[in-house]
Amino acid sequence: MNKKGPLYALFLSLILLLPGCSSITVLNPKGPAARTISDTIILSILVMLGVLAVVYILYIFVIVKYRAKKSNEGYVPPHEEGNKWLEAIWIAIPIIIVSFLSVVTVKSTSAVENVAADYKNQKPLVIYASSSNWKWHFSYPEEGIETVNYVNIPVHRAVEFRLYSFSSITSFWVPQLAGQKYAMNDMLTTLHLSADTVGSYLGRNSNFSGKGFAHMEFETLVMPQKDYDGWVKDVKETAQPLTEDEFKALLKTDFVGRKTYSSNHLTFSPPPGNHGDHMSHDGMEMDMDNGNMEHKENKKIHPSPAPSSETIFDGKPDTEVQPVDDSTHEGHH
Amino acid sequence: MDLEKFKVHGGVLIYGAMVSIALATLAIIIGLTVFKKWGYLWREWLTTVDHKRIGVMYILAALLMLFRGGIDALMMRLQTAAPEMKFLDAQHYNEVFTTHGLIMILFMAMPFIIGLMNVIVPLQIGARDVAFPRLNAVSFWLFFFGAMLLNISFVIGGSPDAGWSAYFPLASIEFSPTVGNNYYSLALQISGIGTMLTGVNFIVTILKMRAPGMKLMRMPMFTWSVLITNVIIVFAFPVLTIALALMMFDRLFGSQFFTMANGGMDMLWANLFWVWGHPEVYIVILPAFGIYSDIISTFSKKNLYGYTSMVASMVIISLLSFLVWAHHFYTMGQGVMVNSFFSITTMAIAVPTGVKIFNWLFTLRKGRITFTTPMLYTLAFIPIFTIGGVTGVMLAMASADYQYHNTMFLVAHFHYVLIPGAVFAVIAGFHYWFPKVFGFRLNERLGKHAFWWIIISFNVAFFPLFILGLMGMTRRMYTYSAETGFGPLNMVSFAGALGLAIGFVILVYNIYWSTRYMPRDTTGDPWDARTLEWATNSPIPAYNFAVVPTVTDRDAFWVSKQENIPLFKDQIKKIHMPSNTGKPFILGVIFFFFGFFMVFSMWVPAIVSGVGILITLCAMSFDRDHGFYIPEKEIIATEKKLRGETV
Repeated sequence: MNKKGPLYALFLSLILLLPGCSSITVLNPKGPAARTISDTIILSILVMLGVLAVVYILYIFVIVKYRAKKSNEGYVPPHEEGNKWLEAIWIAIPIIIVSFLSVVTVKSTSAVENVAADYKNQKPLVIYASSSNWKWHFSYPEEGIETVNYVNIPVHRAVEFRLYSFSSITSFWVPQLAGQKYAMNDMLTTLHLSADTVGSYLGRNSNFSGKGFAHMEFETLVMPQKDYDGWVKDVKETAQPLTEDEFKALLKTDFVGRKTYSSNHLTFSPPPGNHGDHMSHDGMEMDMDNGNMEHKENKKIHPSPAPSSETIFDGKPDTEVQPVDDSTHEGHH
Repeated sequence: MDLEKFKVHGGVLIYGAMVSIALATLAIIIGLTVFKKWGYLWREWLTTVDHKRIGVMYILAALLMLFRGGIDALMMRLQTAAPEMKFLDAQHYNEVFTTHGLIMILFMAMPFIIGLMNVIVPLQIGARDVAFPRLNAVSFWLFFFGAMLLNISFVIGGSPDAGWSAYFPLASIEFSPTVGNNYYSLALQISGIGTMLTGVNFIVTILKMRAPGMKLMRMPMFTWSVLITNVIIVFAFPVLTIALALMMFDRLFGSQFFTMANGGMDMLWANLFWVWGHPEVYIVILPAFGIYSDIISTFSKKNLYGYTSMVASMVIISLLSFLVWAHHFYTMGQGVMVNSFFSITTMAIAVPTGVKIFNWLFTLRKGRITFTTPMLYTLAFIPIFTIGGVTGVMLAMASADYQYHNTMFLVAHFHYVLIPGAVFAVIAGFHYWFPKVFGFRLNERLGKHAFWWIIISFNVAFFPLFILGLMGMTRRMYTYSAETGFGPLNMVSFAGALGLAIGFVILVYNIYWSTRYMPRDTTGDPWDARTLEWATNSPIPAYNFAVVPTVTDRDAFWVSKQENIPLFKDQIKKIHMPSNTGKPFILGVIFFFFGFFMVFSMWVPAIVSGVGILITLCAMSFDRDHGFYIPEKEIIATEKKLRGETV
């Protein structure tokens, strides 16, 4: 009756094997993090095709062989309670498959949550990517520049994006370079990525954030280090600085095109995760009365699982912005 | 008063909806008056405490909501069928996908399943009603008026627009200033209370009202699945209740639980929502497993293979369902440790689910399989749901999920799980149990037509979404540019959605056609089935069983047919029945107004209706009504008539 199984298998393998099928962006990685995930995905698809094949073969066999037909009119099916050996087999084999995939998951998750192996010895380029309705702001603390709705990074360089949001939860996603991560208003998250091919990659917010969500895209331009240095120098020399007033106006504007500034908003509007001032970073209401400090301390660590004494009770304000960086706690597993 | 806030601005669609709601209401009122059915409606339906009628009302409401949610789906698929479509604007698209999700999960899948369990479970355990018949009526009316409250949001004030998961701070008053999410917090709360009461009611019913000899391990698999489901309901729904209450405080009274200011925590909402939300998936899927088990067993003429491991696997799934919620937001930055934990618990669910699939396959093996409409849906479920299952394992892998999260791949996955897992199941159950409730079968030829439309179109509509997800298309995008290359596959998907719509129209036409032309079934057992519900007459008399059955084995009715062991040993005696009451309906109506006034912050009428709720509850508590007896003579006459004998 239902013979779609092999069709699906064929369909899936076609998608995977089509050479140069570059429109499947997730399976067309241009950096180590995305490549790790792409390999994981392809491996899991192959394993799952195996599982599907077993189920489909059994399924087609039973419904073809045991269907009611004229020739078996008087057949009385037997009473079967079950068979503990057979049942043990279909408990054991899935457990083995799941265990295997668990190992793959833990390894690959740990790999993409940290700086890629080939880039470990580099000092990462830090970029703060913050979202507001409905734009992306990219602040380069070391270079002291800021862009809106596009980000330039050097090729073959470890880049550490520190993500946060001025409004709803958004998700920072450049599928060809790395998996996504949420940007939230009350805590920093960190995304490591590197690109090993020069080119332009589409990035977008993948987490629904209201009316302008569909248009919340940005370009990630990967360029040689020399070009990157030239661009930074160019921006420093020619672009306008970003004033606090201009930034506030920018936050209030729903959509803007690309913008470039020779200074960044981190100086007057620090990101969350830092004590004291992260509550008022967007210059809105937020009074800071009674009882809030303790809560913010919680926030700083939440939801990092590491039971570390240095985070809960360390009341000293950090001079430098410290992201909640899970990888430092867990990268050794 | 400021009337402006009641208005929804939005062109032809909204006005069309307003006009059609008004016309439908008018038609119902005129129809009831012309045919003098007001009294009938009140006496036989609105005040009923009969589990079968309540079940039928649940299913009717669910079918209605299926079409509402289905129209939402068609609008979404049309809007995204081609790049830069101008059919809906962003705001409307957001409202439409939000209500599509809410309605399909909470007001279609859940009530359909609760409806089937209402009709069938007391029969399967040989009981005369549920443990608390009036509470059951309260459950239904709270669900019904909760659903109505959400539905009027489309034409009065505006629908919720922050997604069915209503993540904060997007759903806060700051970013969602319309009353839409007020409706969310109140409508879901009201119907959620109803669901929680159902949970209590059915646990007690199954544990305390079984016929003599019906041990737990002799219960039909559907009853087992319902028992486990209701345990999940009782544990999961209080979390939703609390979350919605906090949301309501945030939105109506200026508290700051989930907002951006003053230490509110947006991540807390996501956690609370999914602590309820993931078990909710199993609330709609486990009963489906039960329905399939009963149908497979009936139509392969075999007992269920591995009964004990089927029960055990459902218990394990129910426990694991509370340990996986964070897989809905691996990307929130919890780090490797937490994500790995939730990856492993999530993948672990594949093991008991796999056990069930293989047990079903081995039930079919050595059987004699007949392809009736309910069996066709069941057989289609296995291969399609397996795709949903294996993609679920793929999504469970945290690292890979960083690429699937929020994409159409995820959308494809959960439709591949929920449509075969819940929708096919309720349709299969609907066709299977229809003759029990109404005394005639649905037409098989039309049923199979609808089946093929639905199955093929489903795959056409949803398989392309897997690929779109891998191409980088995110969910909830109301538009995209032509350069993305998303266009062709979305067009294919839209064609599939149209096919699904045709399938459902044939399904409903079949109900109409069969009501007019199908012959009466006087056997009470048209499928040669195995469980107790088939041992009584169709349609089921008010008292269910003239004599309470005595059970000696699993598949009690089958065994009694095969080995000529009588199920009904006692003499017919007068039967005690609960009386009808209008109070649950009135309570629902008052709750509806309470919700409505709260949505619009109209405090005085809200307080008045709040007091009304308390008074009605008190009146129900002090109600001295000890029911009534159906005399022997009447029972004997009814029995004869239902068997087609002349009285």
